[in-house]
Amino acid sequence: MLDYFKLIALALVTLVAAIAANWARDAAYMVHALLVMGLAAGLLLWQLRTMPVPGEPAPTRPAPGGYMDGPIRYGVIATSLWGVVGLLAGTFIAFQLAFPALNFDWGQPFTNFGRLRPLHTSAVIFAFGGNALIATSFYIVQRTCGARLWGGNAAWFVFWGYNLFIVLAATGYLLGATQSKEYAEPEWYIDIWLTIVWVVYLAVFLGTILNRRERHIYVANWFLLSFIVTVAMLHVVNNLSVPVSIWGSKSVQVFAGVQDAMTQWWYGHNAVGFFLTAGFLGMMYYFVPKQAGRPIYSYKLSIIHFWALIFLYIWAGPHHLHYTALPDWAATLGMVFSIILWMPSWGGMINGLMTLQGAWDKIRTDPIIRMFVASLAFYGMSTFEGPMMSIRAVNSLSHYTDWTIGHVHSGALGWNGLITFGALYFLVPRLWGRSQMHSMAAINTHFWLATVGIVLYAASMWVSGIMEGLMWREVDQNGFLVNSFADTVDAKFPMYVVRALGGVLYLAGALVMSWNIWMTIRAPEARPVTVATPAE
Amino acid sequence: MDTYSFLRELADSWVLLILTLIFLGVIGWAFRPGSHPIHEDAAAVPFRHDRPEEARADE
Repeated sequence: MLDYFKLIALALVTLVAAIAANWARDAAYMVHALLVMGLAAGLLLWQLRTMPVPGEPAPTRPAPGGYMDGPIRYGVIATSLWGVVGLLAGTFIAFQLAFPALNFDWGQPFTNFGRLRPLHTSAVIFAFGGNALIATSFYIVQRTCGARLWGGNAAWFVFWGYNLFIVLAATGYLLGATQSKEYAEPEWYIDIWLTIVWVVYLAVFLGTILNRRERHIYVANWFLLSFIVTVAMLHVVNNLSVPVSIWGSKSVQVFAGVQDAMTQWWYGHNAVGFFLTAGFLGMMYYFVPKQAGRPIYSYKLSIIHFWALIFLYIWAGPHHLHYTALPDWAATLGMVFSIILWMPSWGGMINGLMTLQGAWDKIRTDPIIRMFVASLAFYGMSTFEGPMMSIRAVNSLSHYTDWTIGHVHSGALGWNGLITFGALYFLVPRLWGRSQMHSMAAINTHFWLATVGIVLYAASMWVSGIMEGLMWREVDQNGFLVNSFADTVDAKFPMYVVRALGGVLYLAGALVMSWNIWMTIRAPEARPVTVATPAE
Repeated sequence: MDTYSFLRELADSWVLLILTLIFLGVIGWAFRPGSHPIHEDAAAVPFRHDRPEEARADE
């Protein structure tokens, strides 16, 4: 019976998408409608081909046992693939800033900086980071609950649905569909689709926790659950908009003016706080103890870390709006909470690092541990830099300069990137039944390429940003500004080249990793593990 | 009183107090007597269910 409903639903989706493509008011909407039509038609045919024959008994398949690792394997591959795409886009736009001629005339308007920049940010944060979070959260929640993923094929829907969201978002940017909210650029119908996928994700995660064997919910799952719940809330509130037409991609925001700005940065900063921090801390609290072979340094500290982060982070957003129409009290509130946030962040960093107590030699012998340790060091560094930059006086120098870009990248490349790479190196051998990665030496090479790349990136952006800020505020003895904007652009050229080279190194490291993962999966003795995972 | 002022007053007073107390309560609860063995046990969770036959089926 359900099969017939699926057939009808898929046929209807195909039909509506065809009508939408015909009546589309803009190019992005038409391309998306055609894409959805093609996918729905393909699924319809597939469903039709696998319908049970009337009169014959339905083929009986044994109930699946063990852990559900299929979507995790796909997620690992998607993570490394999107990582390369996102880093390549970032490196290219870094060169575009240094050499504007790279905004090729023949590629206009699709390949100019303005359209590729959101493609880069979304590809690294949502495609690379999001796939990593979904894959690792599915791995962690099963192992720490002793339970198979809840909801049967729902986990597959989450994987494919999320990646469809990414494809729709990325193609939309290139074709000019954006609602102009930083890190929330996708238009209304893509937002609705993501909401559906995210609710299923929450159901799978929560269902698995409810079905757990352990009495206690391990702390990594608290972080991951807070990430899923908060992102759902942020996404829905920040994307409240009314489409101009249901046959077009353009929409109008419900909020306006300073309320819209505050909502946007409440979203924007908590996307950092809950997507890039809480979610990745969930990874940290599982993979660091596992790779070190010893439990987390202090479980009490991890509980305090969790609650302090949750209670404080949500208020920090207004520090993005110093010296704007936002009332001073709100900006001060954001600043104060940002500074307090330094403490739990460092508590968490210390907790992760001290897990290695008695096993510090592993930093020398185990390149995966070294990646985790460097990642925690960058977490500590950016969570010190961030509160400092949120102070109003410092912000008056740093805001709108490259210092912000440097700060974001020391966090994103250092903390999020390195911990994800470490987690992938942990997962790939276990998911494909190998004792270890194809080449441990390549992991070491990746570590150094990435670390030197980050150092070049962050250092050049500090110099560039502080120089830029000082040039903007420089006045002569009569009180006139000394530099024009173009003077600062000219002065930044060498730093832009160094930054782009840092990006090249970091991208090279990701390519080494992709090759290493490919070789590990393709090795003759590798196979998808269905029966037994080799122990530590 | 308009909605903005009402919510502002409420957030500045009672809600702030309640949230602070909940926060302190949670921290205090983590340090309650007898929590140490429970936390030891919880910290060992990642090392327990690695083998697939330990997975509870999806109901």
